[in-house]
Amino acid sequence: MNLLLLIGAPLLTAVAVLLSRNKAQVKWISLVGSVAQLALAFALLYAFRQERAQNNMSQMLFELNYKLFDSLNINFHFGVDGISVAMILLTSFVVIAGVLVSWNIEKMTKEFYFLLILLALGAYGFFISLDLFILFFFLEISVIPKYLLIGIWGSGKKEYSANKLALMLMGGSALILVGMLGLYFTAGHSFDIMTLSKTSIPANIQNLLFPLLFVGFGVFTALFPLHTWVPDGHSSAPTAGSMFLAGISMKLGGYGCLRIATYLLPEGAKEYANIIIILSAIAILYGAFATMMQKDLKYINAYSSVSHVGFSLLGIGMLTQTAITGALMQMVSHGLMTALFFAVIGMIYDRTHTRMTNEMGGLMKVMPFITTVFFIVGLCSLGLPGLSGFVAEMTVFMGSWENSDAFHRIATIAAAMSIVVTAVYILRAIGQTAMGPITNTSHLQLKDAAWNEKLAAIILVAGIIAIGIAPGWLNDLLRPAAEEIMNRIAGK
Amino acid sequence: MPNATTIALIPLLPLAGFLLLGLFGRKYLKSSSGLIGTALLLTSTILALYTAYEYFFVYGKVNGAYQQFIPLQLTWLEFSKGVSIDMGLLLDPISVMMLVVVSFISLMVHIYSLGYMKGEERFATYYSFLGLFTFSMLGLVLASNIFQIYIFWELVGVSSFLLIGYYYDKPSAVAASKKAFIVTRFADLGFLIGILILSFSSGTLDFTTLIQRLTSPESNEVKTAVVSTFLGASALTWGAALVFIGGAGKSAMFPLHIWLPDAMEGPTPVSALIHAATMVVAGVYLVARLFPVFALTTPAVLEIIGWVGAISAIIAAVIACTQTDIKRILAYSTMSQIGYMMFALGVSKYGGEAGLGYTASMFHLFTHAMFKALLFLGAGAVIHYIHSNDMRDMGGLRKYLPVTHITFLIACLAIAGVPPFAGFFSKEEILLAAYQNNMAIYWIALITSGLTAFYMFRLYFNIFWSKPHEVHGEKHGEGGFVMMLPLVLLAVGAAAAGFIPFGEFVSSDGKALVSHFHLEFSIAPVGLGLAGIFAALWLYKKQNDKPQKLAAALGGLYNAAYHKFYIDEIYFFITKKVLFNLIGRPAAWFDRNIVDGMVNLTGNTTQAVSEGIKKIQSGKVQQYAIYFLAGVIVLATLFIYVLR
Repeated sequence: MNLLLLIGAPLLTAVAVLLSRNKAQVKWISLVGSVAQLALAFALLYAFRQERAQNNMSQMLFELNYKLFDSLNINFHFGVDGISVAMILLTSFVVIAGVLVSWNIEKMTKEFYFLLILLALGAYGFFISLDLFILFFFLEISVIPKYLLIGIWGSGKKEYSANKLALMLMGGSALILVGMLGLYFTAGHSFDIMTLSKTSIPANIQNLLFPLLFVGFGVFTALFPLHTWVPDGHSSAPTAGSMFLAGISMKLGGYGCLRIATYLLPEGAKEYANIIIILSAIAILYGAFATMMQKDLKYINAYSSVSHVGFSLLGIGMLTQTAITGALMQMVSHGLMTALFFAVIGMIYDRTHTRMTNEMGGLMKVMPFITTVFFIVGLCSLGLPGLSGFVAEMTVFMGSWENSDAFHRIATIAAAMSIVVTAVYILRAIGQTAMGPITNTSHLQLKDAAWNEKLAAIILVAGIIAIGIAPGWLNDLLRPAAEEIMNRIAGK
Repeated sequence: MPNATTIALIPLLPLAGFLLLGLFGRKYLKSSSGLIGTALLLTSTILALYTAYEYFFVYGKVNGAYQQFIPLQLTWLEFSKGVSIDMGLLLDPISVMMLVVVSFISLMVHIYSLGYMKGEERFATYYSFLGLFTFSMLGLVLASNIFQIYIFWELVGVSSFLLIGYYYDKPSAVAASKKAFIVTRFADLGFLIGILILSFSSGTLDFTTLIQRLTSPESNEVKTAVVSTFLGASALTWGAALVFIGGAGKSAMFPLHIWLPDAMEGPTPVSALIHAATMVVAGVYLVARLFPVFALTTPAVLEIIGWVGAISAIIAAVIACTQTDIKRILAYSTMSQIGYMMFALGVSKYGGEAGLGYTASMFHLFTHAMFKALLFLGAGAVIHYIHSNDMRDMGGLRKYLPVTHITFLIACLAIAGVPPFAGFFSKEEILLAAYQNNMAIYWIALITSGLTAFYMFRLYFNIFWSKPHEVHGEKHGEGGFVMMLPLVLLAVGAAAAGFIPFGEFVSSDGKALVSHFHLEFSIAPVGLGLAGIFAALWLYKKQNDKPQKLAAALGGLYNAAYHKFYIDEIYFFITKKVLFNLIGRPAAWFDRNIVDGMVNLTGNTTQAVSEGIKKIQSGKVQQYAIYFLAGVIVLATLFIYVLR
């Protein structure tokens, strides 16, 4: 399969959106484009599995390599392994759902959809890039739309949030850039991930570069204590913006932390692993406790994201194959789950015009579909078996437990304690909004989900259940890739 | 080897019911959803009975012991070689016994609900949740892998949550459902960490292999695990104790029992199924499942299990004597009876005659399922008739609810341990096991059995005798055939189940255990039971002021028991004051003000600095010339004098 299709499809959609004449055209073109992306992602999954089934065990499949700046040794080098395939699949799910829930955007529809698709383009490009320079380029492509999406279509103190988000992410990008250049010069003028992964870099340089890259990407994925753009960013962003931010954008960071910082700089990873573990264990518990006190649904999900993403980082810090597999599963699971969570919050907000849990109640009576989805996503968040969150968290726990010293054990137990706190805040949120008597009588007139909202929710729920009921396929995708990373860490 | 498809269908049919009714019930199936659910469950029950017949009588014993079959095992999620979560079907005497109990009680509840829940707006949803619960519970029972049991463990938890909160617009039901989920989740945290420890020690998640590796003291796994200690106990002891915490939470053992009385907010048939007969005994089942590990490798934990069971049994019985909500009385009674099952396991040993406690525990689980489900369904009929849960609103109902009255009486006699009803036989064995191994627990159990008879007949007399019933307006009758049939069938079970030679089928090592009946031994418990009944008769047969006087005479003790020993208040203090106010609130504040404050500070500082230095770029050429000159002087000085 030609990987350029994955960039070509969103690019074509974006151009078509720009050329379209009216809102209806914009929407349908975007939808067709996102369906095409979904189809491509499935085709990629299929092709990937076919190759693997035929015993093609090269680390990267479908590689493409075109020279771009020969003098600087910058190339268009693309290729995918199981991790990339999983992330691309996740992205395509979130994109189509995001396009569907934005169906009723009235303000500057064309520009809105254009930016959404541009963001998706950045993500697809990022996940298939094997050249750091190109990868960085795609990362930056995905930052700018976020600023505009929040600044223009946002709500509340949107300028402040947009600035904060863009500046923090730019700050992270700056660190990444420095780290990248460091890699480039130490490894004999190469940005190529595959080349770098075979180069041995002196430990002292690794220790210098690792924090730059890990923290840089960490900002994107809400590494504690650099997560504060998350609550503000989400609370101000429009629904699809939040979905893309949490479902796609935060995953760019997690992917980078693993694929670039940890994979390319294994000695640095070992040096700083304990700090990562401490920070992520704090994030998991502290995020959960902070969530418990929130009343705004978007803040609830933003803080719970900080907590959930902590599991990804914890898994990376644990440096075992199973834990890393779990970390990746958590990225996919969290991406689907939070996107769905924000979609549901958006649907509720559109109807009740409030996001405060104490101003709602008994919504189950008037919107059974939306509240059922709310239940499902809440249960996924608190780790109910049969839904994706459980699989990911348990894999992280099992992998973490393989480290048998007291430090790792305590960190794992601390992280595991969050399953109780999560249950508290999720049931609290659901109990206050969906259950109980209807407190506001004007809510009695509210309508349940429209077709586009139903479709968006069903697509994401299907993803969550597909992982939750039969996690084998995702495991098969991620585990061998995690093994490659572990091989480099173990020095094989 | 039994047929995998037949057995797999037992849990899968209720699952099909859940999906079918959950997706289409509300819109398309409506009132027929009850019949669909019941038909599916009837099939399940028939298959379960067939499986039991086949297991016990066709395959039978090999070398004097029942075999263990695993007709199906699929890898669900592989962590590393040999460590994977499998979805399997495990057949051994206890799982087969539980299959029958769960499917049969669930079927009774399905049938009963056809009448009890008739006309409910969310009738289809109710049946779909029942299907989900039955599926999860059957999956739990059949689990062949410790992680599989945990998965279904969580699923029964969520079904329980959904059904307790069935009347979702009632704030008390919402609160109760949350409480049940969160308290058991807290216990499950222990279970989870216990699984991690045990699986790490044994290098497997598979029950059979795990038990095998952890019970042979020579195995490498045990040797290494015993060496690594934490706070004076070996890793295995911690693991087993933590697993038991999970079981204690689900089985409402003291001090994790607080969710069970509140769970009575759910519809009464649900209480009969989930919170009396099946889900709450999952903890007992878990201990029984891992019994060889507890008994052979970590006897200290088994001792703790015994004491937790005994304390729960007596505390719950004391509280039950003072309550007035009939469902709550039954809830405390359930907790007390599960306490019996727990300590029976706690005083048991592995293998042979010494394993009497194990057999007795499973026997009591079996008989208890019959009579407790019957009590709840009977209570449901009463509540259905009188529209109140409060004992003080009842009295003299024996003429109006004759079938309910007789069946309820049978259940009361069974739970009180009056021969020849079912409870007599199982309780007898439990007491004998305690007598042989732990006298202190035996005495606690003996006193509890007197209390049990007392509070059950206090309930019985208050509902059916006491003051005469005044008929207000038009009252419907007993609820028709669908509600009476389960009562009668369960009453037959409660009366006759004791005659099953249980030791023949279920024992700690699979070999037949012949229980000897000691007449002289049964005098004390039966005598105490009868004393309890007569005390209740004397106090409550006719309305009088003796109970009030007695309560006043008991003073503090009565008050403490009436307020459930203030355990709820202690929990409330811990969660509200400590978790929310001392941890949650500061965490949220810290994040917004300190962590985010730092970020904003960075931003503001940058802005302030740039505000300051922007004056440098004034655009005035003269100023630039001065800067330039100053620079030249500084650099010249540096190069000439410092960096020579």
